[in-house]
This record gives sequence, structure tokens and C-alpha cells, in this order.
Amino acid sequence: MRIFDPHIHMTSRTTDDYEAMYAAGVRAVVEPSFWLGQPRTSPASFIDYFDSLLGWEPFRAAQYGIAHHCTLALNPKEANDPRCSPVLDVLPRYLVKDNVVAVGEIGYDSMTPAEDTALAAQLQLAADHGLPALVHTPHRDKLAGLRRTLDLVRESALPPERVLIDHLNETTVREAKDAGCWLGFSVYPDTKMDEERMVAVLEQYGPEKVLVNSAADWGRSDPLKTRKVGDALVKAGFGEDYVDQVLWRNPVAFYGLSGRLTLDVPQPDATHEGNSILRGTPKTEA
Amino acid sequence: MTHHPTHSAHPHGNDAGLTTTPVRGRAESPGAVPPAIATLHARLDAALSGDARAWLDQALAEAAGHQDEAPEGPLSLWEVRFAEAGRRCGPEYADAVRLLLLQAAGPGPATLSRIYAQGTAAERRAVLHALPHLVTGPAALPLVEDALRTNDTRLVAAAVGPYAAEHLDAHNWRHAVLKCLFTGVSVDTVAGLAERARADTELARMLADYANERTAAGRPVPEDLHRVLCLTGRPALSTTPSAPSTAPTGEES
Repeated sequence: MRIFDPHIHMTSRTTDDYEAMYAAGVRAVVEPSFWLGQPRTSPASFIDYFDSLLGWEPFRAAQYGIAHHCTLALNPKEANDPRCSPVLDVLPRYLVKDNVVAVGEIGYDSMTPAEDTALAAQLQLAADHGLPALVHTPHRDKLAGLRRTLDLVRESALPPERVLIDHLNETTVREAKDAGCWLGFSVYPDTKMDEERMVAVLEQYGPEKVLVNSAADWGRSDPLKTRKVGDALVKAGFGEDYVDQVLWRNPVAFYGLSGRLTLDVPQPDATHEGNSILRGTPKTEA
Repeated sequence: MTHHPTHSAHPHGNDAGLTTTPVRGRAESPGAVPPAIATLHARLDAALSGDARAWLDQALAEAAGHQDEAPEGPLSLWEVRFAEAGRRCGPEYADAVRLLLLQAAGPGPATLSRIYAQGTAAERRAVLHALPHLVTGPAALPLVEDALRTNDTRLVAAAVGPYAAEHLDAHNWRHAVLKCLFTGVSVDTVAGLAERARADTELARMLADYANERTAAGRPVPEDLHRVLCLTGRPALSTTPSAPSTAPTGEES
């Protein structure tokens, strides 16, 4: 089973996770920029984070045979902090980078005027840079948030078929689908979606334009949820091709809209004697 | 070789990238293109598809025509071309294309520092590869030192090229060699290794200590270590007494 996790925050994960993900079949990930848990206080903090998503993290992923791309943006929560919002001026020079496959996560958190402004500006940036957009939907007041999101997408220069609406569930999938957007589902241990509900949603709405992600981060989450959904689909009687469409071909098609997806894992120049993540060759048993 | 007239006695600090004074102009004429760069260009022309080749020609013209100063917008046009090289020409040609673009643009130290600082790992690697073609003095050493501080083997490998061989001071050069051994970068990557290692007793001491530490831990000593030690002129290590009897390999001999 080949798996593309289209939304996972690997910066917050360990090399054990990379190893387990590879063993589970994960060969590609997209890491959206997001809130770090601790509020940032300046654009400089974003810059270091973006640099890491374009430098160190793909290197780490490559050590484990996983292709790593990212989406960059000012996230919804910090769009409300005037200390952070100037990062919007820096984004254009990042959005031209080879490894950036979308603008994201953008969207709503508390549905404030500042979030309206940041979302509209970044949908425009996506259109200007030939990139699709990854749009987070809010945890609180979700359906209202989805409707406001879709309104802004309709008013934007970015066509809905270049927009992935994420963190959908049973109450929001229909309207997002009718709008013509791509449909993202985050599968979590306790919150958001779970494997069985994901299977039921797929049975009802079909696999077209559906992406399943673990959205694993620094909170309680599971980077193997994509595989677990694949297993649940198989158990429910879905065939190999169906699973491949949802877990591989759909994310490839969506992020491929950027024209920047490279799924061959670039090998580092030198690995002959261990490397900087593996911290040297292990002690050999006699 | 093109060169610029800066011969700063002191490498500029990390903040030098913020200055906007162009110290060096772009390559003065097509005749100034070094043979190695011309060969690279010819090879690329042969390898690239028609679309990619046309894109490259246009991008090189933009790079050669730009003014070396801080752009008014977020990026000057040739810097956008520099960033998108991988997807325009194919990731396998990105390094070569970026090297040509840098050569054509001939950025001064301030611009070069900015390109590096604002670059992805792949873009930073291209800047490091370009240093011996672009900078004759030690002004770009802070970029090499930055790359050597990372644990990204792509950057470490690019940092120990001919520019470092010529300009890196003895202490930092020795640490660079040791870092290659630590991170698994082949010492074949280290430019000028034989010349700089020759009769370097301090490097030999560091290598012997490292071998000792590895042996004490019951870990194999990298084969490359023995090679570099040999280049220093110091006799090969005998079996280290502290090596446990279960020493993993015969590499210590």
C-alpha cells in the first residue's frame, strides 16, 4: 500500500515516526506551516520556520525514504496577531521555491476581520504564484466557518478546483463537495474523524477528490492514521485501486496542480558511513 | 576565471548580507566565462529539452542584464529564475542551472549572502558550489562556516569544496574534515585534502583521538579516517589497546 500523507507536521515528530511511517507504506508527505503551540512574536520566527521546512525537514525525511514538500502561509490563528501579520510581505519570496506545493494552511480560526483579510490576501497570492491552496476549517463553529470560507473562495481569483478544504466531517463535506473543492479529512485518535467514520463518508460520497491525512503534530495524534484508514477500507471490502486512489493518486493530483511535486526521494550526497540523523553507525555486535 | 576586486583582510560578518553596496560587477563579457562554466553550459544544452533550454537562455539573459542591487520588490527577476530552476529544467539539473545563473549574474558579496540566506537547502548548495567561480577573496567564508554548522550532509559536502580549501583557516578546516567523518560525508568530497592534510600534526592528533574514542565505544573507525591519517604522514594506527576484544571490524588495524 503506497501512501501520501497530504497533511502532517513532521517538525513536531521524531525519527521513530519517520521509520514507522515508511514501514507502513508512507512514501510522500506534505507539511503545511501552522501554529507552533507557542505563539510567535515576529516574522523572523516564521522565516526560520519556513527555512526549516525548505531545508532541514526534507533532509530528515529523505533519510527515511520519504519525499517531503511543504505549504507555506500565515496560519489563521496568528493572522490575528499584528506582530505576526507582516509575514505576509515575506511570503512572495518563499512561494517561488521549488518545494512549495500550495499556499496553506490558511482559513479561519475565530472568524475575525483580520482572518478575512489574511485569507483573501493569501488566496490571491496562491493565484498569483500558480499554486493551489490548502484551507483549514475551524474547530469551533465549523459549518458557519465552512460557509464563510466558501464565500471567500468564490470571491477570490482562485478557482475552487484548486482549493483543498481540510478537516471536513459529516456536517461539512456536502457543501464543500458541491462547491467543487477538493475534500480533506483529518483522522485523529479522539477528535476530528476516525477510521470507521472515514469509511462511511467514502461510501456515501465516493473517492473523487477525497484526501485523507493524519494531521499529526505536537498534540495527541497518530502519524499512521493514513495506513489505518487504508486497512479499514480493505476490511470494508474496497479494492486496491480504490485505496490507491484515496491514499496516493488524489494527493498527487491535487498537489501536482502546483507543477512542483517531485516524488523521487533525493538521496543525500553522502550516506556511506551513517549520517547526521542516524548519529553514526550503531555499535556492531560481535 | 572572473574575479572581483575585494580583498578584505577580514571576512565580513554575518550581517554583511544586509549591506547593498555592490562590490563586484557581473561578468564583463561572454569571453570572461571560465572554461569549466562553458563546458557545463554546453553539457546542459545537450541534456535539456527544447522548452527547458529556451527557459535557460532567457533566464541567463535576465541574470546577465540585472543590476546588482537589492530588489525593490521581494525578488529580482533572475532570483525568481534561480528559485524555480528545478521545476523548469528538472531537479537533476538544478545545481548546474543555478551555477550558470550565478555566474551570469555575478552577484557581489552582499547579494550572494542574501541569496544564500534566503535560499532553500538546494539553493544554498548551489551558492556554495559557485563560490570558487565567483569570489576570489575570503569574503564569502561566513557562508561556508554557516553550512559547516548544519548537520545537512548536502550542505556540509558542498561547503568543503575548492573555496574552503583555499580560504578556510586551519582550525575550521580540521573541524570540517572531522565533521565529514562524523556525518558520513565522503572525504573524497574535501577539495585539496592531500595538500592541506600533509604534515598536519594537529589534524593527525584529532584523528587519532577520534579513532580512540570510537574504539573505546566498541564502534568501528570510519575507513576514511585511516585514509586522511595516512595523508597527514602519521603512521597508521596500531590496534588500540583499549579496543574491546569484540571490536566490530578489523578496520583499526
